[in-house]
This record gives sequence, structure tokens and C-alpha cells, in this order.
Amino acid sequence: MANSNTVPGAAVAAGGAGAFDRRDSDWYVDKAVQGLVFLCGISAIVFVLGIFIFVFKEGVGFIFHHMNVREFFLTPYWFPSDADDPEYGILALMAGTASVTGLAMLVAVPFSLGAAIYIAEFASGKTRETLKVLVELLAAIPSVVWGFIGLVIMNPLIIKWFDVPVGLCVLNAGIILGLMAAPIMTSIAEDALKAVPDRYREAAEAMGATRWQVTYKVVLPAAKNGLLGGVLLGVGRGFGETMAVLMATGHAVNIPDSVFDSVRALTATIAAELGETVVGGEHYQALFTIGILLFLVTFTVNLTADLIVRGIRKG
Amino acid sequence: MVSQSALERVELAGQDGAASAAPRIKLAVKDLTISYGKAAALKDVNLEIREHEIFGIIGPANAGKTSFLKAVNRMDVFNTGMHVAGEIRFNGLDTRHLKNVYALRSRIGVVFPLPVGLPMTVYENVALSPRLRGIKNKAELDVIVQRCLTRAALWDEVKDRLHALGSLLSGGQQQRLTIARALSQEPDLLMLDEFSIAVDPVTTMRIEDVLKELRREVTIILVTNLVQQARRLADRTAFFLNGECVEVGVTEDLFTGEVKDRRTRDYVEGRFG
Repeated sequence: MANSNTVPGAAVAAGGAGAFDRRDSDWYVDKAVQGLVFLCGISAIVFVLGIFIFVFKEGVGFIFHHMNVREFFLTPYWFPSDADDPEYGILALMAGTASVTGLAMLVAVPFSLGAAIYIAEFASGKTRETLKVLVELLAAIPSVVWGFIGLVIMNPLIIKWFDVPVGLCVLNAGIILGLMAAPIMTSIAEDALKAVPDRYREAAEAMGATRWQVTYKVVLPAAKNGLLGGVLLGVGRGFGETMAVLMATGHAVNIPDSVFDSVRALTATIAAELGETVVGGEHYQALFTIGILLFLVTFTVNLTADLIVRGIRKG
Repeated sequence: MVSQSALERVELAGQDGAASAAPRIKLAVKDLTISYGKAAALKDVNLEIREHEIFGIIGPANAGKTSFLKAVNRMDVFNTGMHVAGEIRFNGLDTRHLKNVYALRSRIGVVFPLPVGLPMTVYENVALSPRLRGIKNKAELDVIVQRCLTRAALWDEVKDRLHALGSLLSGGQQQRLTIARALSQEPDLLMLDEFSIAVDPVTTMRIEDVLKELRREVTIILVTNLVQQARRLADRTAFFLNGECVEVGVTEDLFTGEVKDRRTRDYVEGRFG
């Protein structure tokens, strides 16, 4: 085989022309591996489509038969288990998710940008490596652990410090969610800063710019797309987060007036109620409609983030 | 921060004014040794660079030319592996013991071998240093930008696209932009490190003309691996070889064979390197 490949002319002369026409085991292995990795590669598309179709199928009945668009989006009354007149208004749930995510971003964005700037621009050697590992570690903490911290540590602290009756509220969940999103945002922001070539830093430093001037005037503007992408991925994460939010918000349907009000998030509603519904029933379908909404929002946010991050790689 | 750097600036200038009338020494280097870990990049260099001269440094790769420049503007501070021993006096002031290296660097313009157009507009590139100095007035910045770009022989080519990205200019234009940026620092000392590597010959000649003009205002250190470039431009030239400063002399002498060391003649005549 090897001979006929290396000296094809000789093989033909020896009557071995068949070797070019025969598929050997290498050929089949190659094809098999190609097929396998192709399947793995497109599985992402298959799963996304599959999940979307499933969620849509389960929720579509509600959208076409029971949903009153105005009631659904514009009223804060969520009474799905009222036997006579169930109400499906998600305004309060959206307000809950938005307030918690918004506060979380207020916590996470400055925090993670600061951390990323320190790691990428100021820290060096061992400090930098240690911090990077710790940040990765922080990102791997399961959300239920964060929820537990909200419930057991933050709750009494908020009651004590702010003298409020309940510590499970927007503030609690916002801080917890912010701390959860911060490691991922730090990691992405640091990547974005690292992607700025060192020659820019050297050139600015050689002009007498201080480290902070270099960071502020040269590095941050050059990395702004990546940073924005990181923030958006954090928003997506906050929007879709369920367990920690369920445990730390207080889970009360309510449009919040202050950060000390309990709220309920879209995701937590699904998690808490789906088990009690009749499969295929109105309530069940309504929850899946919320699922469709969440899916569309997170999909849009992540896609935007991805496009922005890709933008810098190209430019 | 600003006031501190201003103080340092006054101090640097004061030292300058105090020197005598004879050829004033801009940079005095004594027993300079630079090492990276155990490997020495430069050994016991002693030389003096006079005010308003173009001082050439020639030598093959790994001669320690770039390390020398880095030591002068204290780029070793952020380069953890680099160790500098000896003394470098800038305007009589010991640069190893300055409280504010940023103020020192702002007085020294550096042009790197490969052009670095910072990722901002042409205008912003040149206005960056004045802004760092605290100049905010738009009209004042406009004047500085135009003057620096003109002196770098770039104004005519970019005057209509000042607000396009600097990194979109051609290689030769970016190098002149880098020079304009260095000039915008209103430097006391301009250091060019093999500036013509990424520049076409015509542009190189234009930049060389600019440098001849600039000699009246600033002291220039020209590191080059083109010996003829040193001959065309430099008043005096040092020959570095494998971390050793073999010889310092009047450029013309080095090229007419009046050398103290045979290796200099061999290198200048192209017998090695």
C-alpha cells in the first residue's frame, strides 16, 4: 500500500492500478470521523431549534386561544390558579426580572470592569495568574449556592442594616445576581483588554502616559466593543438566571416601589409553578408562553453580544 | 499628578540652563550595563551625547541598541526581566533615581521600528500628548497638530482626513504619524529606532530631510542598521557590537577609516554584520 502510494508510477507498471480505485480503511476512518464531528458540530443548531420548537409548541395554544395580549403584557395580575377567572398578566413579573437584572448590572458592571482592568493592565506575574484562576472558580459556583447565600446570609443582614421586615427583595437578588454575573463579565472584559496589542501600550507609555492614562485613553477605547459584548452577555445571564433569583427575591408578584420590595421573576415563576400544572392546560401553556418570551429575549441579547464581540475581532 | 510632573519639568529645564556654554551634554552615560536574567545585553557603556547633535548608533542585531534606548527613557520599569546598572544623566539629572519617570518620558520622544498608529484618529494621535500635558483648548490643539504633522512631512497627505483612523494610513504614513506624535511631545530628545525598516526609500529620504531640520531644535539619537543612513545624518556615531560599545567618534572619521578599532572599519565596510 505504502509503496504504491509513494511510487505510483511503479505500481501502475506492476499492474497495481487498482490501489487508486480501492477505498482502504484510512479512507473509511476519515469519512467516519468527519461524519461524527459534523454531527457534534451541528448538534448545537439541532438543540436550539429543537428546544425552540418544543417550547413554542407547548405555548402556542395559549397564544392563539386564551391570550389577551393587553392583559398579558400590560396588567400586573398573575392569578393562574383562580378556578373561575384565572388572570395571566406578566407586567409585574417583567418588572421583577427587569429590576433585579438592572440592579445586578449596576453592581456587576463597575465591579467586573474594575477587576478586569486590574488583572489585565495593573497586576503582573503571580498576582495576575492567581486572580484569573480565582475568577474562573467564582464563575463555577452553582447558582443554588448563590441563592442559599441570599437566603441565609444576605436576608438577615438586610433586615438588620436597613430595618425592613423582609430581606428577600430586589436589593438582595440584585446583589446576588450581580456577584454571579461579575466573574463571566470580568473574564470576557479581560479577554477584550488583552486583545489590545501591547505595542499600543508601549507607544503611549513611551510618551510619558501613566498606566491609568494608557488604560483610559488608549486601551479602553480600543477594547470598547469587547467590553460591551461582555456586559450584554452578563445581562443575558441575569435575565435567564432562575434558582438564585427564586430564592432571593421573595417570590411575590409585585411591581416594586423600592429596592426593599419583594418581587417575582419570569424564570422563577416557571420553575415554581410548572410542577403544579396540568400538562397541556391553560396555566401550563401560559408558562410556556413566558418561556418563549425569555427565549427570544436571551437569544437576541446573546446574539447581539456575539456580533459585537466578533466585530472587534475583525476590525 | 499634573503639578508633580510640571515640577519635574521645571527641574529638568533648570538643570539644562545651568550648564556651561561649551557643547552641552544632553545625555551622559556611565558604566551602563543592561541584562536580561543572566544574559547581558549591554556591558559597561560610556558615552556622552551633546545637545542638538544627531547621534548615530550602528551595529548588527543583538548589539544592544534597542536596550540602550529602553534604558534611557526608563522603559525598564514595566519590563520585569530587564535589569539596568550604571548611570544615565539626562540634562545632568540622574534618570535612575527620578521620582516621576512619566515626566522624564514625556520629554523624550521615541519612534519604534514598526509604525504604531494608535487606534484613534490621525488628529487624536497627535493631540494625545498635548492633552496628557493638560492642553484642552481646541484652537491650541489644532495649531499643535498642524505644526507637528507639517514637520513630519505628513500634513499635505492627511489634512483632508484628520478624522480618519490613524491605523488606516499606509505604513510609511503611519511612521511619519508616529514621528509627528513624538514631536507633539515637544521633546528635548528624540530617539529613533530603525525607523526606516517599514518605510519605502522615497519616504525614508523625506524623513531624513525632516531630521536634518529638526537637529536645530532637538537632540536626536538615531539607531540604524543602515550604516549609510548614519553617514548621511549623524554628527557622531557609536558602534555597538554584541553588547559592547566598540567606538564612539565623528561619523566622517569612522567612514574614512580613522578608527580606533579594526572591527569598526570591518563593519562599516560591510565585511561582517
